[in-house]
Amino acid sequence: MRKEVPLIITFLAGTFFIADYFIPHSGFSKMAESVNGWTIIVIAFSYILGVANVARVNLDQIQKGSKDKFYKIILLVCLFFMSIAGIVWGIQGGSVFDWFFLNVYYPMQSTMFALLAFYIASAAFRAFRIRSIQAALLAITAVLVMIGRVPVGEAIWKDFSIFSEWIMNVPQLAGKRAILIGAALGAISTGLKVIAGLERTHLGQD
Amino acid sequence: MKRLLETINSLDRRYIFLFIGLAVSLPLFFPIGIKFTVTHPVQGFYNTIEKVPNGSKILMSCDYDPGSAPELYPMTISALEQMFKKDLKVVITCLWPAGPPLVEKALAHVTPQYHKQPGIDYVNLGFKEGREVVMVSMGASIPNTFPTDYQGKPVSQIPIMQGVTNFKDVAMIVNISAGYPGTKEWVQQVQSRYQIDLVAGCTAVSAPEFYPYYQTGQLKGLLGGMKGAAEYEKLVGFKGLGTRGMDAQSISHLTVFLFILIGNLAYFALRFWKGKASR
Repeated sequence: MRKEVPLIITFLAGTFFIADYFIPHSGFSKMAESVNGWTIIVIAFSYILGVANVARVNLDQIQKGSKDKFYKIILLVCLFFMSIAGIVWGIQGGSVFDWFFLNVYYPMQSTMFALLAFYIASAAFRAFRIRSIQAALLAITAVLVMIGRVPVGEAIWKDFSIFSEWIMNVPQLAGKRAILIGAALGAISTGLKVIAGLERTHLGQD
Repeated sequence: MKRLLETINSLDRRYIFLFIGLAVSLPLFFPIGIKFTVTHPVQGFYNTIEKVPNGSKILMSCDYDPGSAPELYPMTISALEQMFKKDLKVVITCLWPAGPPLVEKALAHVTPQYHKQPGIDYVNLGFKEGREVVMVSMGASIPNTFPTDYQGKPVSQIPIMQGVTNFKDVAMIVNISAGYPGTKEWVQQVQSRYQIDLVAGCTAVSAPEFYPYYQTGQLKGLLGGMKGAAEYEKLVGFKGLGTRGMDAQSISHLTVFLFILIGNLAYFALRFWKGKASR
């Protein structure tokens, strides 16, 4: 039964949502609406499990005296402070939660993202070495798109942005579409295998 | 000479960081104002909103967080500017938990100049967990999916939400997205199912992924990165954060190009040198 019940639930849920996509009947839609509501509630509760897991793993490391224990203490203090601030005083504009979000979280996350520019520049310097014909194609295309998609490209040649758009609309699109169609066919086949019970990795088995 | 080439070939990355830092920061202090034209996907984004009759209701989903705000926040500002200029009513949702405060910030920036009232001209419904399930659920009932707004007010008491049941009651969807869940999911779960007009703004790195949807007409318009935001600002008729960032982006791209060029010249010269020495 430990195998059969999850397989039956997977089959019923999978076929139900496929049917919902194709059946426009209002009664069926109402049923789907209820099931969607359950799904949203289950996903929301998984956050509680997530927080409990983060707390358990980090408390364990702190107790063992891990060398990163001060970072873990900061993580847990921030996690519980923001949770309590949000629950007690609300999350609306002007609240404690909102103040910390805009003045601490916002600049920190923006800073982390901004660092990417430096690492991309450094990586491009090393990665775009023309060691083969394929590498040459990659480097030349990358440079054309990179320059064509900023105003300086148009200052160099007025049709640079049109040329860059052509690269995006023709060669790039052809490759991207092939990948998308391939991935979609793969997703359909995996989905059908999961619904039919042939693919069982989601149950923790090979 | 050989030593110099070897130094360039294995250049300490801190020098690259220094040049990129200067290339990004100097144009922000000393703007050049390089001119640029508007591309088709951006024109499509603008035209789709322009075609909506004045006074209609539009659903806007802001699915991003502060990490991608430098690219996407200017788009949010410009889209709100265009919609409020046309007196459109905007219903805003977020599928990313960090999205609602950014929406509040954008609304606080744009609404005073157009004298727009919360609850009457716009509403921020906040964040709802559930990703694609939320999108599908909104297809059945938006008020059931978002029973209160971001301030906790029941949607039944919000004037703009009167008569809004599902996607049939909004003229189109504007999506500003940084990844998952975002534009791809709006196309797959909502546009293809409910045949509603959809335009999207995304980060430059994810724009190539959405070109197939733009070419098929599933996306009526597409803003890619800060350049897309700048082009859109030009159409809306103001110089915002996107336009101000264009000089910095231009010079930093040129700097990266020069580093690639110099790196390759040093690489080939060294190869030639070593080949000559071994003969």
